[in-house]
Amino acid sequence: MRSNSYTLGFTASVTIVLGFLLSLAASALKEQQDLNVQIDKKKNILRSLDFAPSEESPWTPETVQTIFDDYISSIVLDPNGTIVSNTTADDIQDGAALHPVFIKTMNGVVDGYAIPISGKGLWSTLYGYFAVESDGATAKGITFYKHGETPGLGGEVEKPWFQNNYKGKRFIDGDGNLIGIQSIKGAVDASDDEAYHKVDGISGATMTTKGLNQFLLDDLKIYEPFFQRIRAGERVN
Amino acid sequence: MLNKKSKAALTDPLMNNNPITLQVLGICSALAVTVKMDTAVVMTLAVIAVMSVSNTVIALLRNLIPSKVRIIVQLAVIASLVILTDQVLKAFMYDISKQLSVFVGLIITNCIVMGRAEAFAMQNGPWRSFLDGFGNALGYGMILIAVAFFRELLGSGTLFGFQMIPDALYAAGYENMGIMVLSPGAFIILGLIVWVQRIAANIEED
Repeated sequence: MRSNSYTLGFTASVTIVLGFLLSLAASALKEQQDLNVQIDKKKNILRSLDFAPSEESPWTPETVQTIFDDYISSIVLDPNGTIVSNTTADDIQDGAALHPVFIKTMNGVVDGYAIPISGKGLWSTLYGYFAVESDGATAKGITFYKHGETPGLGGEVEKPWFQNNYKGKRFIDGDGNLIGIQSIKGAVDASDDEAYHKVDGISGATMTTKGLNQFLLDDLKIYEPFFQRIRAGERVN
Repeated sequence: MLNKKSKAALTDPLMNNNPITLQVLGICSALAVTVKMDTAVVMTLAVIAVMSVSNTVIALLRNLIPSKVRIIVQLAVIASLVILTDQVLKAFMYDISKQLSVFVGLIITNCIVMGRAEAFAMQNGPWRSFLDGFGNALGYGMILIAVAFFRELLGSGTLFGFQMIPDALYAAGYENMGIMVLSPGAFIILGLIVWVQRIAANIEED
Protein backbone atom coordinates (compact mmCIF):
# COMPACT_ATOMS: atom_id res chain seq x y z
CA MET A 1 0.00 0.00 0.00
CA ARG A 2 1.38 3.41 -1.00
CA SER A 3 1.28 6.35 1.36
CA ASN A 4 -1.39 9.01 1.01
CA SER A 5 1.13 11.66 0.12
CA TYR A 6 2.48 9.49 -2.71
CA THR A 7 -1.05 9.03 -4.03
CA LEU A 8 -1.74 12.76 -3.87
CA GLY A 9 1.57 13.59 -5.50
CA PHE A 10 1.03 11.06 -8.26
CA THR A 11 -2.48 12.23 -9.14
CA ALA A 12 -1.35 15.87 -9.04
CA SER A 13 1.49 15.22 -11.48
CA VAL A 14 -0.72 13.18 -13.81
CA THR A 15 -3.25 16.02 -13.83
CA ILE A 16 -0.62 18.64 -14.53
CA VAL A 17 1.06 16.69 -17.32
CA LEU A 18 -2.22 15.78 -19.05
CA GLY A 19 -3.64 19.27 -18.58
CA PHE A 20 -0.52 20.79 -20.10
CA LEU A 21 -0.61 18.46 -23.12
CA LEU A 22 -4.30 19.13 -23.77
CA SER A 23 -4.06 22.90 -23.55
CA LEU A 24 -1.03 22.78 -25.82
CA ALA A 25 -2.98 20.78 -28.42
CA ALA A 26 -6.09 22.94 -28.09
CA SER A 27 -4.25 26.21 -28.62
CA ALA A 28 -2.10 24.80 -31.44
CA LEU A 29 -5.14 23.55 -33.38
CA LYS A 30 -7.52 26.41 -32.61
CA GLU A 31 -6.72 28.46 -35.68
CA GLN A 32 -7.28 25.54 -38.06
CA GLN A 33 -10.56 24.61 -36.33
CA ASP A 34 -11.92 28.16 -36.46
CA LEU A 35 -11.04 28.30 -40.13
CA ASN A 36 -12.97 25.05 -40.73
CA VAL A 37 -16.05 26.47 -39.03
CA GLN A 38 -15.85 29.64 -41.12
CA ILE A 39 -15.46 27.68 -44.37
CA ASP A 40 -18.37 25.43 -43.42
CA LYS A 41 -20.62 28.45 -42.89
CA LYS A 42 -19.52 29.92 -46.21
CA LYS A 43 -20.25 26.62 -47.95
CA ASN A 44 -23.78 26.74 -46.55
CA ILE A 45 -24.32 30.34 -47.59
CA LEU A 46 -23.17 29.42 -51.11
CA ARG A 47 -25.36 26.31 -51.20
CA SER A 48 -28.45 28.23 -50.09
CA LEU A 49 -27.75 30.71 -52.90
CA ASP A 50 -27.74 27.95 -55.53
CA PHE A 51 -24.02 27.34 -55.86
CA ALA A 52 -22.99 23.69 -56.06
CA PRO A 53 -19.67 21.90 -56.26
CA SER A 54 -19.04 20.02 -59.51
CA GLU A 55 -16.62 17.39 -60.81
CA GLU A 56 -14.41 20.07 -62.39
CA SER A 57 -14.46 22.40 -59.40
CA PRO A 58 -14.92 20.49 -56.16
CA TRP A 59 -15.22 22.54 -53.00
CA THR A 60 -11.97 22.81 -51.13
CA PRO A 61 -11.34 25.46 -48.47
CA GLU A 62 -9.49 27.53 -51.10
CA THR A 63 -12.13 27.35 -53.85
CA VAL A 64 -14.94 28.07 -51.37
CA GLN A 65 -13.08 31.17 -50.25
CA THR A 66 -12.51 32.25 -53.86
CA ILE A 67 -16.14 31.76 -54.92
CA PHE A 68 -17.30 33.53 -51.79
CA ASP A 69 -15.00 36.50 -52.39
CA ASP A 70 -15.99 36.73 -56.06
CA TYR A 71 -19.78 36.62 -55.77
CA ILE A 72 -20.86 37.32 -52.21
CA SER A 73 -20.88 40.63 -50.39
CA SER A 74 -22.55 41.38 -47.11
CA ILE A 75 -24.43 44.23 -45.49
CA VAL A 76 -25.62 44.62 -41.90
CA LEU A 77 -29.06 45.70 -40.72
CA ASP A 78 -29.91 47.26 -37.37
CA PRO A 79 -33.05 46.07 -35.48
CA ASN A 80 -35.19 48.51 -37.50
CA GLY A 81 -34.01 47.01 -40.75
CA THR A 82 -31.91 50.04 -41.68
CA ILE A 83 -28.58 49.34 -43.36
CA VAL A 84 -25.62 50.14 -41.12
CA SER A 85 -23.12 51.87 -43.37
CA ASN A 86 -19.56 50.64 -43.86
CA THR A 87 -20.14 47.43 -41.92
CA THR A 88 -19.90 43.85 -43.15
CA ALA A 89 -20.96 40.55 -41.59
CA ASP A 90 -17.39 40.02 -40.34
CA ASP A 91 -17.65 43.11 -38.13
CA ILE A 92 -20.63 41.84 -36.11
CA GLN A 93 -19.63 41.11 -32.51
CA ASP A 94 -21.23 38.27 -30.59
CA GLY A 95 -24.40 39.41 -28.86
CA ALA A 96 -24.85 42.56 -30.94
CA ALA A 97 -28.42 43.17 -32.15
CA LEU A 98 -27.29 43.37 -35.76
CA HIS A 99 -28.37 41.14 -38.61
CA PRO A 100 -26.22 40.26 -41.62
CA VAL A 101 -27.50 39.83 -45.18
CA PHE A 102 -25.30 38.03 -47.70
CA ILE A 103 -25.86 39.27 -51.23
CA LYS A 104 -25.08 37.23 -54.32
CA THR A 105 -24.16 39.38 -57.31
CA MET A 106 -23.73 37.84 -60.78
CA ASN A 107 -22.40 40.15 -63.54
CA GLY A 108 -23.36 43.23 -61.56
CA VAL A 109 -26.96 42.08 -60.98
CA VAL A 110 -28.24 40.99 -57.55
CA ASP A 111 -29.24 37.33 -57.72
CA GLY A 112 -30.39 36.66 -54.17
CA TYR A 113 -30.04 37.35 -50.47
CA ALA A 114 -29.09 34.84 -47.75
CA ILE A 115 -29.98 35.38 -44.10
CA PRO A 116 -28.99 33.29 -41.07
CA ILE A 117 -31.83 31.35 -39.43
CA SER A 118 -31.78 29.47 -36.15
CA GLY A 119 -34.20 28.11 -33.59
CA LYS A 120 -35.37 25.12 -31.63
CA GLY A 121 -36.39 21.88 -33.28
CA LEU A 122 -37.18 18.88 -31.10
CA TRP A 123 -33.88 18.12 -29.35
CA SER A 124 -31.61 20.90 -30.43
CA THR A 125 -31.14 24.34 -31.88
CA LEU A 126 -30.86 24.26 -35.66
CA TYR A 127 -28.59 26.70 -37.45
CA GLY A 128 -28.76 27.43 -41.14
CA TYR A 129 -29.27 29.92 -43.92
CA PHE A 130 -32.37 30.89 -45.86
CA ALA A 131 -31.94 32.47 -49.26
CA VAL A 132 -34.41 34.79 -50.96
CA GLU A 133 -34.66 35.58 -54.67
CA SER A 134 -33.93 39.13 -55.82
CA ASP A 135 -37.70 39.87 -55.79
CA GLY A 136 -37.62 39.79 -51.96
CA ALA A 137 -40.60 37.42 -51.75
CA THR A 138 -39.59 34.02 -53.14
CA ALA A 139 -37.44 31.39 -51.44
CA LYS A 140 -34.22 30.53 -53.27
CA GLY A 141 -32.91 27.86 -50.91
CA ILE A 142 -32.44 26.71 -47.36
CA THR A 143 -29.54 24.90 -45.66
CA PHE A 144 -28.57 23.75 -42.19
CA TYR A 145 -25.00 23.52 -40.96
CA LYS A 146 -25.55 22.49 -37.37
CA HIS A 147 -28.29 20.56 -35.60
CA GLY A 148 -28.78 17.65 -33.22
CA GLU A 149 -32.03 16.20 -34.54
CA THR A 150 -32.52 12.44 -34.91
CA PRO A 151 -30.79 11.11 -38.03
CA GLY A 152 -33.36 9.75 -40.48
CA LEU A 153 -36.23 11.70 -38.86
CA GLY A 154 -35.70 15.36 -37.93
CA GLY A 155 -32.18 15.06 -39.33
CA GLU A 156 -33.75 14.89 -42.81
CA VAL A 157 -33.86 18.71 -42.78
CA GLU A 158 -30.28 18.61 -44.02
CA LYS A 159 -31.18 16.43 -47.01
CA PRO A 160 -31.56 17.87 -50.53
CA TRP A 161 -35.03 16.34 -51.07
CA PHE A 162 -36.41 18.42 -48.22
CA GLN A 163 -34.44 21.59 -48.90
CA ASN A 164 -35.23 21.58 -52.64
CA ASN A 165 -38.95 21.81 -51.84
CA TYR A 166 -38.42 25.33 -50.57
CA LYS A 167 -37.14 26.61 -53.89
CA GLY A 168 -39.70 28.85 -55.59
CA LYS A 169 -42.11 28.97 -52.63
CA ARG A 170 -43.35 32.44 -51.62
CA PHE A 171 -43.39 33.67 -48.04
CA ILE A 172 -45.55 36.73 -48.86
CA ASP A 173 -49.28 36.41 -49.51
CA GLY A 174 -51.28 38.17 -52.24
CA ASP A 175 -51.85 41.26 -50.04
CA GLY A 176 -48.13 41.67 -49.35
CA ASN A 177 -48.25 40.27 -45.81
CA LEU A 178 -45.53 38.04 -44.41
CA ILE A 179 -46.86 34.49 -43.88
CA GLY A 180 -43.68 32.42 -43.90
CA ILE A 181 -43.34 28.96 -45.42
CA GLN A 182 -44.97 26.03 -43.71
CA SER A 183 -43.76 22.47 -43.80
CA ILE A 184 -47.03 20.55 -43.52
CA LYS A 185 -48.03 17.01 -42.62
CA GLY A 186 -47.75 14.79 -45.68
CA ALA A 187 -47.36 15.99 -49.25
CA VAL A 188 -48.56 19.32 -50.62
CA ASP A 189 -51.63 19.16 -52.84
CA ALA A 190 -50.67 21.15 -55.94
CA SER A 191 -54.28 22.23 -56.54
CA ASP A 192 -54.45 23.86 -53.09
CA ASP A 193 -54.66 27.69 -53.38
CA GLU A 194 -52.27 27.91 -50.44
CA ALA A 195 -49.67 25.59 -51.98
CA TYR A 196 -47.40 28.54 -52.78
CA HIS A 197 -46.27 28.79 -49.12
CA LYS A 198 -46.35 25.07 -48.20
CA VAL A 199 -43.75 22.33 -48.52
CA ASP A 200 -43.90 18.55 -47.97
CA GLY A 201 -43.30 17.59 -44.36
CA ILE A 202 -41.03 14.91 -42.97
CA SER A 203 -42.79 11.86 -41.56
CA GLY A 204 -41.72 11.21 -38.00
CA ALA A 205 -40.43 14.73 -37.55
CA THR A 206 -43.52 16.76 -36.69
CA MET A 207 -41.87 18.59 -33.80
CA THR A 208 -38.74 19.45 -35.78
CA THR A 209 -40.71 20.90 -38.70
CA LYS A 210 -43.09 22.75 -36.36
CA GLY A 211 -40.07 24.41 -34.77
CA LEU A 212 -38.61 25.14 -38.18
CA ASN A 213 -41.85 26.76 -39.42
CA GLN A 214 -41.89 28.98 -36.35
CA PHE A 215 -38.29 30.13 -36.27
CA LEU A 216 -38.20 30.66 -40.04
CA LEU A 217 -41.18 33.00 -39.67
CA ASP A 218 -39.61 34.73 -36.66
CA ASP A 219 -36.34 35.30 -38.47
CA LEU A 220 -38.13 36.52 -41.60
CA LYS A 221 -40.00 39.04 -39.41
CA ILE A 222 -36.66 40.53 -38.37
CA TYR A 223 -35.74 41.03 -42.01
CA GLU A 224 -39.23 42.00 -43.21
CA PRO A 225 -38.59 45.79 -43.22
CA PHE A 226 -35.58 45.17 -45.45
CA PHE A 227 -37.37 42.83 -47.85
CA GLN A 228 -40.34 45.23 -47.98
CA ARG A 229 -38.02 47.87 -49.38
CA ILE A 230 -36.53 45.32 -51.80
CA ARG A 231 -40.04 44.46 -53.03
CA ALA A 232 -40.73 48.20 -53.41
CA GLY A 233 -37.79 48.41 -55.78
CA GLU A 234 -34.87 49.55 -53.59
CA ARG A 235 -31.50 48.30 -54.82
CA VAL A 236 -28.54 47.50 -52.59
CA ASN A 237 -25.09 46.87 -53.96
CA MET B 1 9.37 -10.67 -33.94
CA LEU B 2 6.28 -11.70 -32.00
CA ASN B 3 6.47 -14.55 -29.54
CA LYS B 4 3.45 -16.70 -28.93
CA LYS B 5 1.97 -14.67 -26.10
CA SER B 6 2.34 -11.35 -27.91
CA LYS B 7 0.77 -12.85 -31.00
CA ALA B 8 -2.16 -14.07 -28.94
CA ALA B 9 -2.59 -10.57 -27.46
CA LEU B 10 -2.89 -9.20 -30.98
CA THR B 11 -4.97 -11.87 -32.71
CA ASP B 12 -7.29 -13.23 -30.02
CA PRO B 13 -9.55 -10.18 -30.00
CA LEU B 14 -9.93 -10.35 -33.78
CA MET B 15 -11.79 -13.64 -33.74
CA ASN B 16 -11.85 -15.92 -30.69
CA ASN B 17 -12.36 -13.16 -28.16
CA ASN B 18 -13.81 -10.32 -30.23
CA PRO B 19 -14.90 -7.44 -27.97
CA ILE B 20 -18.18 -6.80 -29.79
CA THR B 21 -19.41 -10.19 -30.90
CA LEU B 22 -18.19 -12.25 -27.93
CA GLN B 23 -17.85 -9.86 -25.04
CA VAL B 24 -20.70 -7.69 -26.38
CA LEU B 25 -18.97 -4.43 -25.40
CA GLY B 26 -19.11 -1.14 -27.25
CA ILE B 27 -22.50 -1.76 -28.85
CA CYS B 28 -23.69 1.84 -28.48
CA SER B 29 -21.20 3.32 -30.91
CA ALA B 30 -21.48 0.29 -33.18
CA LEU B 31 -25.08 1.34 -33.79
CA ALA B 32 -24.48 5.05 -34.07
CA VAL B 33 -21.60 5.44 -36.50
CA THR B 34 -22.33 2.60 -38.92
CA VAL B 35 -24.80 4.26 -41.28
CA LYS B 36 -21.95 5.01 -43.66
CA MET B 37 -18.57 3.44 -44.36
CA ASP B 38 -16.49 6.61 -44.04
CA THR B 39 -17.67 7.39 -40.50
CA ALA B 40 -17.13 3.76 -39.47
CA VAL B 41 -13.57 3.77 -40.85
CA VAL B 42 -12.65 7.06 -39.17
CA MET B 43 -14.19 5.86 -35.90
CA THR B 44 -12.14 2.67 -36.18
CA LEU B 45 -8.94 4.66 -36.70
CA ALA B 46 -9.81 6.90 -33.76
CA VAL B 47 -10.41 3.93 -31.46
CA ILE B 48 -7.20 2.21 -32.65
CA ALA B 49 -5.22 5.38 -31.90
CA VAL B 50 -6.78 5.85 -28.47
CA MET B 51 -6.53 2.20 -27.38
CA SER B 52 -2.98 1.52 -28.57
CA VAL B 53 -1.66 4.62 -26.86
CA SER B 54 -3.75 4.34 -23.70
CA ASN B 55 -2.75 0.70 -23.16
CA THR B 56 0.92 1.57 -23.72
CA VAL B 57 0.85 4.54 -21.34
CA ILE B 58 -0.99 2.59 -18.62
CA ALA B 59 1.45 -0.30 -18.99
CA LEU B 60 4.41 2.07 -18.61
CA LEU B 61 2.88 3.58 -15.49
CA ARG B 62 1.51 0.31 -14.09
CA ASN B 63 4.09 -0.01 -11.32
CA LEU B 64 3.77 3.65 -10.32
CA ILE B 65 -0.03 3.95 -10.22
CA PRO B 66 -1.34 3.69 -6.63
CA SER B 67 -3.99 0.97 -6.64
CA LYS B 68 -6.44 3.16 -4.72
CA VAL B 69 -6.73 5.62 -7.61
CA ARG B 70 -5.91 3.37 -10.56
CA ILE B 71 -9.33 3.61 -12.21
CA ILE B 72 -9.38 7.39 -12.14
CA VAL B 73 -5.82 7.54 -13.48
CA GLN B 74 -6.80 5.22 -16.33
CA LEU B 75 -9.81 7.38 -17.00
CA ALA B 76 -7.73 10.56 -17.03
CA VAL B 77 -5.27 9.09 -19.54
CA ILE B 78 -8.04 7.76 -21.79
CA ALA B 79 -10.11 10.95 -21.60
CA SER B 80 -7.09 13.08 -22.51
CA LEU B 81 -6.34 10.90 -25.53
CA VAL B 82 -9.96 11.03 -26.66
CA ILE B 83 -10.09 14.83 -26.40
CA LEU B 84 -6.83 15.02 -28.32
CA THR B 85 -8.27 12.77 -31.07
CA ASP B 86 -11.41 14.87 -31.23
CA GLN B 87 -9.39 18.08 -31.55
CA VAL B 88 -7.25 16.62 -34.33
CA LEU B 89 -10.34 15.45 -36.24
CA LYS B 90 -11.96 18.87 -35.87
CA ALA B 91 -8.84 20.51 -37.25
CA PHE B 92 -8.06 18.17 -40.14
CA MET B 93 -11.22 16.17 -41.00
CA TYR B 94 -13.94 18.67 -40.21
CA ASP B 95 -16.76 17.16 -42.28
CA ILE B 96 -16.28 13.68 -40.87
CA SER B 97 -15.93 15.01 -37.34
CA LYS B 98 -19.26 16.79 -37.76
CA GLN B 99 -20.92 13.51 -38.69
CA LEU B 100 -19.27 11.62 -35.84
CA SER B 101 -20.34 14.46 -33.52
CA VAL B 102 -20.53 13.26 -29.93
CA PHE B 103 -19.43 9.71 -30.66
CA VAL B 104 -15.72 10.51 -30.72
CA GLY B 105 -16.12 11.98 -27.24
CA LEU B 106 -18.06 8.91 -26.21
CA ILE B 107 -15.04 6.67 -26.91
CA ILE B 108 -14.26 7.52 -23.26
CA THR B 109 -17.31 5.57 -22.17
CA ASN B 110 -16.58 2.66 -24.50
CA CYS B 111 -16.14 -0.23 -22.08
CA ILE B 112 -13.55 -1.88 -24.31
CA VAL B 113 -11.00 0.89 -23.75
CA MET B 114 -11.09 0.94 -19.97
CA GLY B 115 -11.68 -2.77 -19.81
CA ARG B 116 -8.40 -3.49 -21.59
CA ALA B 117 -6.51 -0.91 -19.53
CA GLU B 118 -7.72 -2.47 -16.28
CA ALA B 119 -7.67 -6.12 -17.30
CA PHE B 120 -4.53 -6.24 -19.43
CA ALA B 121 -2.29 -3.17 -19.36
CA MET B 122 -2.13 -3.09 -15.54
CA GLN B 123 -0.50 -6.56 -15.57
CA ASN B 124 1.57 -6.60 -18.75
CA GLY B 125 4.49 -4.78 -20.31
CA PRO B 126 4.09 -1.86 -22.73
CA TRP B 127 4.84 -3.78 -25.95
CA ARG B 128 2.36 -6.53 -25.28
CA SER B 129 -0.21 -4.03 -23.98
CA PHE B 130 0.20 -2.02 -27.16
CA LEU B 131 -0.53 -5.15 -29.21
CA ASP B 132 -3.52 -5.97 -27.02
CA GLY B 133 -4.94 -2.47 -27.40
CA PHE B 134 -4.32 -2.46 -31.14
CA GLY B 135 -5.85 -5.94 -31.52
CA ASN B 136 -8.96 -5.15 -29.52
CA ALA B 137 -9.52 -1.86 -31.34
CA LEU B 138 -9.08 -3.66 -34.65
CA GLY B 139 -11.49 -6.41 -33.58
CA TYR B 140 -13.99 -3.70 -32.67
CA GLY B 141 -13.34 -1.83 -35.92
CA MET B 142 -13.72 -4.90 -38.13
CA ILE B 143 -17.22 -5.47 -36.84
CA LEU B 144 -18.01 -1.77 -37.14
CA ILE B 145 -16.90 -1.73 -40.76
CA ALA B 146 -18.74 -4.98 -41.53
CA VAL B 147 -21.98 -3.55 -40.09
CA ALA B 148 -21.45 -0.28 -41.96
CA PHE B 149 -20.80 -2.18 -45.21
CA PHE B 150 -24.21 -3.87 -45.13
CA ARG B 151 -26.06 -0.83 -43.77
CA GLU B 152 -24.73 1.56 -46.40
CA LEU B 153 -25.09 -0.93 -49.25
CA LEU B 154 -28.62 -2.01 -48.38
CA GLY B 155 -29.83 1.27 -46.87
CA SER B 156 -28.43 3.82 -49.30
CA GLY B 157 -27.22 1.69 -52.22
CA THR B 158 -23.74 3.22 -51.92
CA LEU B 159 -20.29 2.46 -50.46
CA PHE B 160 -18.11 5.38 -49.32
CA GLY B 161 -20.76 7.53 -51.03
CA PHE B 162 -20.29 5.92 -54.46
CA GLN B 163 -23.37 4.35 -56.00
CA MET B 164 -23.16 0.56 -56.03
CA ILE B 165 -26.65 -0.51 -57.05
CA PRO B 166 -27.03 0.00 -60.82
CA ASP B 167 -29.77 2.37 -62.00
CA ALA B 168 -31.28 -0.50 -64.00
CA LEU B 169 -32.12 -2.31 -60.77
CA TYR B 170 -33.91 0.77 -59.38
CA ALA B 171 -35.78 1.06 -62.67
CA ALA B 172 -36.86 -2.57 -62.22
CA GLY B 173 -38.50 -1.66 -58.91
CA TYR B 174 -35.67 -2.21 -56.40
CA GLU B 175 -35.83 0.06 -53.37
CA ASN B 176 -33.31 0.88 -50.65
CA MET B 177 -34.20 -0.62 -47.29
CA GLY B 178 -35.07 2.37 -45.12
CA ILE B 179 -34.74 0.34 -41.92
CA MET B 180 -31.01 -0.10 -42.52
CA VAL B 181 -30.44 3.64 -42.09
CA LEU B 182 -32.12 3.55 -38.67
CA SER B 183 -30.83 1.89 -35.51
CA PRO B 184 -32.92 -1.31 -35.79
CA GLY B 185 -31.04 -2.06 -39.02
CA ALA B 186 -27.79 -2.09 -37.06
CA PHE B 187 -29.27 -4.44 -34.46
CA ILE B 188 -30.35 -6.89 -37.13
CA ILE B 189 -26.99 -6.86 -38.94
CA LEU B 190 -25.08 -7.06 -35.67
CA GLY B 191 -27.19 -9.97 -34.48
CA LEU B 192 -26.56 -11.85 -37.71
CA ILE B 193 -22.82 -11.16 -37.50
CA VAL B 194 -22.67 -12.39 -33.89
CA TRP B 195 -24.47 -15.56 -34.95
CA VAL B 196 -22.22 -16.27 -37.94
CA GLN B 197 -19.10 -15.39 -36.00
CA ARG B 198 -19.96 -17.68 -33.10
CA ILE B 199 -20.51 -20.56 -35.47
CA ALA B 200 -17.24 -19.79 -37.30
CA ALA B 201 -15.28 -19.50 -34.04
CA ASN B 202 -16.91 -22.70 -32.78
CA ILE B 203 -18.19 -21.20 -29.54
CA GLU B 204 -20.20 -23.50 -27.27
CA GLU B 205 -23.05 -21.81 -25.45
CA ASP B 206 -23.36 -22.60 -21.76
